[in-house]
Amino acid sequence: MDAPFSTQLVNVLAALLLLIAFAMLSQRRVLTLIKLFAWQGAVLTASTVVVAWTTGYTDLYISAGITLSLKVILIPWLLHRLIDRLFIRWDIETLINIPTTMLIGIGLVIFSFALATPISQMASTLTRSTVGIALATVLLSFLMMIVRRKAVPQVIGFLAMENGVFFAATTATFGMPLVWELGVALDVLVATLIFGIFFFHIREQFESLDIRHMEKLRQD
Amino acid sequence: MEVAIVLGLPLSGAILLALVGQRAWAPELNATMSFATFFAAILLTARVIADGPILALNEQFFVDPFNVFLVALTAFVGFTTALFSRPYMRAEQDRGRLNAARLRLYHSMYQLFMFTMLLCLLSNNVGAMWVAMEGATLSTVLLVSLYRTPASLEAAWKYFILCSVGIAQALFGTILLYFAAEKVLGAGGGALLWTHLHAVRSQLEPTVLSLAFVFLLVGYGTKVGLVPLHNWLPDAHAEGPTPISAVLSGLLLNVALYSVVRSKVLVDGALGHGFSGGLMMGFGLLSVVVAAFFLSRQRDVKRMFAYSSIEHMGIMTFAFGMGGAVAAFAGLLHMTVHSLTKSAIFFTVGHASQVAGTQDMASIRGLVQASPTIGWGLVLGTLAILGLPPFGVFTSEFMVLTTAMHEHSWATPFLLVALGVAFASIFGKVQPMVFGESSVEPLKRGPALVPVFTHLAIVLALGLYIPPYLVGWYRQAAALIG
Amino acid sequence: MSHVPAVAFQILQSVFVVLAAPLLVGWVNQCRAWLQNRSAPSILLPYWTLAKLFHKDVVIARGASPLFRATPYILFGCMWLAAGIVPVLATGLPFAPAADIIALVGVFALARVFSALAAMDIGTSFGGLGARREMLIGFLAEPAMLMTLFTAAFISGSTQLTTIVDTLGHRQFALHPSLAFAAVAFLMVLLAENARIPIDNPTTHLELTMVHEAMILEYSARHLALIEWAVAIKLFAYMTIGIALFVPWGIAEGGDWHALPLAVGALVAKLALAGAGLALIETLLAKLRLFLAPEFLSTAFLLGVLGMLTHFLVRG
Repeated sequence: MDAPFSTQLVNVLAALLLLIAFAMLSQRRVLTLIKLFAWQGAVLTASTVVVAWTTGYTDLYISAGITLSLKVILIPWLLHRLIDRLFIRWDIETLINIPTTMLIGIGLVIFSFALATPISQMASTLTRSTVGIALATVLLSFLMMIVRRKAVPQVIGFLAMENGVFFAATTATFGMPLVWELGVALDVLVATLIFGIFFFHIREQFESLDIRHMEKLRQD
Repeated sequence: MEVAIVLGLPLSGAILLALVGQRAWAPELNATMSFATFFAAILLTARVIADGPILALNEQFFVDPFNVFLVALTAFVGFTTALFSRPYMRAEQDRGRLNAARLRLYHSMYQLFMFTMLLCLLSNNVGAMWVAMEGATLSTVLLVSLYRTPASLEAAWKYFILCSVGIAQALFGTILLYFAAEKVLGAGGGALLWTHLHAVRSQLEPTVLSLAFVFLLVGYGTKVGLVPLHNWLPDAHAEGPTPISAVLSGLLLNVALYSVVRSKVLVDGALGHGFSGGLMMGFGLLSVVVAAFFLSRQRDVKRMFAYSSIEHMGIMTFAFGMGGAVAAFAGLLHMTVHSLTKSAIFFTVGHASQVAGTQDMASIRGLVQASPTIGWGLVLGTLAILGLPPFGVFTSEFMVLTTAMHEHSWATPFLLVALGVAFASIFGKVQPMVFGESSVEPLKRGPALVPVFTHLAIVLALGLYIPPYLVGWYRQAAALIG
Repeated sequence: MSHVPAVAFQILQSVFVVLAAPLLVGWVNQCRAWLQNRSAPSILLPYWTLAKLFHKDVVIARGASPLFRATPYILFGCMWLAAGIVPVLATGLPFAPAADIIALVGVFALARVFSALAAMDIGTSFGGLGARREMLIGFLAEPAMLMTLFTAAFISGSTQLTTIVDTLGHRQFALHPSLAFAAVAFLMVLLAENARIPIDNPTTHLELTMVHEAMILEYSARHLALIEWAVAIKLFAYMTIGIALFVPWGIAEGGDWHALPLAVGALVAKLALAGAGLALIETLLAKLRLFLAPEFLSTAFLLGVLGMLTHFLVRG
């Protein structure tokens, strides 16, 4: 009943992706968050390569290359530089405590697995489990964005969400057309750059990157 | 060919203005580029009316009656807003809220924003539609925070985060759509083309498509401003410069709704009308009701009209959700008139707040006395947006209400109550602003009121008499929507 | 296979476990000393310590109840039972039907209850402190342990340990992400339940930082010896459960004498590696502050649940 080796490898990588998403949820330190994000990108690259090698779509190799250069190297480097220049080194407080966040996270995982089961039945054997895990990663990153108080973890949560979506793209559908992937990669890069510019403006105005300073517009 | 021009002009305008945007004549350049874009859009429209739908550039662009009128509308409002922003931004510069470098950013991003919206409208590739929507968000984010005040930074941050999250959901939806399409059309770029998807829409897997539509609705719906995903909208409108509020309300919301409707057409082929229609009606109705009630509590004039935008987008979503020839016609008409009216209102409100020095409605009094053009512009605009005959908004709202009474009578009380509440609130708040003793001084530079009155005149005209070719046009588009 | 050799196996296994447990503790201490660049004590030191303790006179507080005197024996008995029913050397032994994972967790819980009660029996503040902390950790560690064991049970279709070991031992090599999650969760629970760093420092002498040690402060002589021995057997039992679930190759069938040397050799090798690994973990990590212990354990619980969910998703 054992599936072929490539399927098992993809499953292991998918499980790793989920694990990293949870680890991000429980992490307090920003540097570790960035490292985890880089690892997530690496796992994403590895899974794309495995799918490329199994199915023979050469486009996926290029896609893996883009992911590697962008999400493992460039964006973490940008974030590091940002953190250095803004002197960010906090232990992050969260809005709800970490064990409760984890429990909500488990609830979200169950929900996404349940949601994805009918789709999994349509998929090929290679990637049956991955749609559920991709959806779970997206929802977990979303949860992370909601419960964080500072700006940088929110941004990393957003980028992790993109990772989850990309995982769905490369494994469930064997890659989207290359031109489109380039467009998405460009968008992500530009978004990160704009975030960076933003932080400087926020820092200038508020002398802090705590989101609570920015909750004044609450007329309603 | 025309497609390339329509897209190429704003893009080159963006690059050009990035280089020279800080010069004194940059606003004129901006307006000229916008006019050129509008002219090209007119040519494109004429071509589509004459020849029917066209596929261009290796099937990557598709122009049919539905999107061509939106293209024309977008280019037109873009042009008039550029005209409006000439004196407005100069006045802002005089007041010290902006400097030349920021104006450069403003002008180039404005053209880039126009480009992304036109790209989204004209593209046949659902992936490119997504990229363009994301691009539209990115190009306006820095514009919302242009004034660099704490409130504007907060507004821009909320805008960025909420819309990015929404866009990520829409990305997931697009991928699921591709997933379903791949099974029928095979891998490769062909499976992302809307025309191909439309041809095989009944063969697409229903479960996947329903999940994809939910994600697409939630994702693009965030940009439409549907409740409960609307939180960014009031802040972005209130804190950004007025021309940006005008284009956000008038154009971006429309383009986002367009994306939702295009997806709905595909999903209806696989699932039948009920699923997507029900969702859209639900969200639409929720938006109308919630926005109407929040409206009554606002003190800032721009925030109030932002909630009014949410309400009207809710009406449009509800109309498209109901489906059928009359409702779709009403939705399309409403898209047009709302875009024109709301941008006109924002033009007057922008000048009014410049004149009064504040956006707080309690502090603005007697506009008619101080500056008659601004005052009367605001009066007429308000009457138009509230749905009073003979303006065009009355026609479309009337059609929506009658269709609702016919087919979905449970929704009618909600709609009527919400519209009534909005009417009372807006009217009650605007009336003291325009009439009575004046507390404000006139502007040094003359306000740009030509755009305002042009828009209002068109809306009035559409209320009184819709030309037959326009009717035929809307009917064709409505037939496409189903 | 006749019953006589199986029963002999059972007795052999039980005796082996009891005798080998202090050796495992000594090995872990040695590895830790090496890693920390200290000169290592003899690997037989725990035996000498036990012998020394048995020779001493018992000193008991005046207010101690019979529960206090009985607890060391109960603890030792529970741990011996647990270690006896886990398939250490062989599967298919006579006690095996009783070796249900839920029963196993129940036995450990029984031991915990009694040690907490005995700690509070004398009425000292440190005893109460230790008991409360132990219960906090235990309350969170038990669900995590159960989830981990359930993952393994779902994969093999039964909650009996021998069936689990048989199924997992005879599969072809396959990558199971669910088992990987369960393994990490199990490791975290092992550290917590056996009072190891990062939850509790077994070598601390600062009473306010103690969890487990605080509960046994009042014991002396043979009572203390039995409790120390029980702690060693608990560590041994946990390690062998982990080995049986996650690296079960080399286990003998019940009654198969020929496979016995291989089984013993494999076990010794695995335990040596596991002990060294434990020492490494203890050296690399620092003790967590107590209020972070719930986070640590909820992470373990979460990984256990994730393992179960992954199993369902990947299989179905």
